[in-house]
Amino acid sequence: MTLAKAHSSLFQWFERWLPRLAVAPSFAASLFFVYGFIAWTFYISFTNSGVLPNYDFAGLVQYERLWDTPRWYVALKNLFIFSILFIGGCTVIGLFLAILLDQRIRIEGAIRTIYLYPMALSFIVTGTAWKWILNPGLGIEHTVQSWGFESFTFDWLVDRDMAIYTIVIAGIWQSSGYVMALFLAGLRSVDDDVIKAAAVDGAGPWRTYTSIVVPMIRPIFLSAFVVLAHLSIKSFDLVIALTGGGPGYATDMPATFMYAFAFQRSELGVATASAIIMLATVMAIVVPYLYSELREGRR
Amino acid sequence: MTLRMKVTAAAFVLGAMIAPQCAYADGEVEVLHWWTSGGEAKAVGELKKMFEDEGGKWIDSPVAGGGGDAAMTALRARVVSGNPPTAVQLKGPNIQEWGEQGVLGSIDDVAKAEKWDEVLPPTLASIMRYKDEYVAAPVNVHRVNWVWANPEVLAKIGADMPKTWDEFNATADKLKEAGVTPLAHGGQPWQDATIFETVVLGMGGADFYRKALVELDQDALKSDTMIKVFDEMRILRGYVDDSFSGRDWNLATAMVMKGEAAFQIMGDWAKGEFLAAGKKPGEDFVCVPTPGEPGYILNTDSFAMFKVEGEDRVKGQKTLARLIMSPDFQVIFNLAKGSIPARTGVPRDQFDSCAQKSMDDLSASTKNDTLVPSMAHEMAVPRSVRGEFMDVVTEHFNSDMSSQDAVDRLSAAIERVASR
Repeated sequence: MTLAKAHSSLFQWFERWLPRLAVAPSFAASLFFVYGFIAWTFYISFTNSGVLPNYDFAGLVQYERLWDTPRWYVALKNLFIFSILFIGGCTVIGLFLAILLDQRIRIEGAIRTIYLYPMALSFIVTGTAWKWILNPGLGIEHTVQSWGFESFTFDWLVDRDMAIYTIVIAGIWQSSGYVMALFLAGLRSVDDDVIKAAAVDGAGPWRTYTSIVVPMIRPIFLSAFVVLAHLSIKSFDLVIALTGGGPGYATDMPATFMYAFAFQRSELGVATASAIIMLATVMAIVVPYLYSELREGRR
Repeated sequence: MTLRMKVTAAAFVLGAMIAPQCAYADGEVEVLHWWTSGGEAKAVGELKKMFEDEGGKWIDSPVAGGGGDAAMTALRARVVSGNPPTAVQLKGPNIQEWGEQGVLGSIDDVAKAEKWDEVLPPTLASIMRYKDEYVAAPVNVHRVNWVWANPEVLAKIGADMPKTWDEFNATADKLKEAGVTPLAHGGQPWQDATIFETVVLGMGGADFYRKALVELDQDALKSDTMIKVFDEMRILRGYVDDSFSGRDWNLATAMVMKGEAAFQIMGDWAKGEFLAAGKKPGEDFVCVPTPGEPGYILNTDSFAMFKVEGEDRVKGQKTLARLIMSPDFQVIFNLAKGSIPARTGVPRDQFDSCAQKSMDDLSASTKNDTLVPSMAHEMAVPRSVRGEFMDVVTEHFNSDMSSQDAVDRLSAAIERVASR
């Protein structure tokens, strides 16, 4: 080989491997810190760990204990209620706002920014602010009553059965803007010709959107779902800031349950068991969805 | 600079670098604690000053917040990595739990030399020991079962301080009719549990308290007395205002101060709030033990010594232990924190009337064997068991669960956790 050719094949090799080398450290780190520790958690959930990890195998005793605890059922129920309402609500409201903004109005930039602002807040700020707004003695109930509507009540925050819905409200307020931004980008990418063709065929705006445009932005639904699903599973700070776990433990979620058992009650075994159940729940929902969407995409 | 000046400067710099490494006369300690706010930080600062006055080196490791959760997590990490702090703020059965892991260091020699057995109440002394050797030094004694009251509000309806739970209920009904919130309360699980254990003591006495909350005897947990306790909790639920959920304890104390509420059932750290607002005991607020059977529910903060390497550190631990139990420190610390000294033989004249009443009751209850460790404040049972109590109590308080259901749930929960 001439020197030039040897140079270029070395250069080509480098060019091919450099991206992989650049990503390798973070890849290795995430492999170890994320998946390695998931494996560690999985192992600890089969031991009798209490205040410190204990590595003697003890079978399913922690899982039995977990499923015997009434508080865990409350946490799971809250997770499902919150996730379904949060993901559904954010998607619907986000799509609705995006469709409205898509109508080429004048101050679209400003309105879009306003809707997106809540996303910039941390969940702790959102939780604290909504806690004051929803407090019966300080917030909405107090204000409306001071306007003269003496019999108005809005004490969901301190009501065991309704407290979880206050968390849904605060969560939707925070994340709808982000979903709206996702959908707006998708709507903008829809070809104008398609819309014009639909208009020529006599389709009204409702029909155009439901039968033509929305199906065209299906991949966006997947992105929105994945982001919202992970936000809802992770919702620890919002719950702690807004209700502190609820009246009693009425707004407990698996994340707060796990934190309480691991760090406040020195029960690492039960906490790791609950973490593995959370992981299994998430995987059971996200993996098939991901698989079906990506498979279709490849077709 | 001339060469001579340069050499002198270098020598100074070198000397300054080496100086901190020299051995301290009375050892070095690294102290892990979570007393980071206001009065507490001042109080632990006093200990630091005393230690440094003796020539020791104090390395402060404060970890804020959460009632010690973050500090315990930090401690766990340090112990697992083989580098524990010298002294850690630990209390109650947590001391024994860590002792079982084999990581605590003994200060029995200091205890014998300073005759701790003679100046500490036996209940308290046994908590400071692991396998009959002292491993921790107590800094104070808090009493949990106090009722704090606003005498003006009570005078308006002409009521006295209640002595039994029935009297309390009757007074509370009258207060409700007069438009005052009878009981100022914050709806956090530990506050619900605090009221719960005072009711257990009041309705069943010290022996029942010990059987149910310390020994976790199933017969006691399922007994009629326990059902009556939950009945009273249901009645008390009717005496709190509508916005009580999640309220912090000091805001509830403020309600009593302002006259919006008449009573608060809380430990004597509430006294600190009253004093900080300039209120005088006896005039602006009164302190009485909670109604029912007499008893003293104990809550003690302490520093546990961990097994460390190095002569300096071991020496530091012994000095720290000796200082903590010295009468001087006990006076200074407890005046700042609002509690009473853990040991006897301390001059009482600087303490206010509520503190002196607490000291009298402490000796009386030690003599009558009615001194019990607090469950809600991690003195009687490990955190795992306490968690189960709190879950049932707070769920019952915040729902319309029947007393029988609560008792069944409680006994099932304790069986679950005790069998671990």
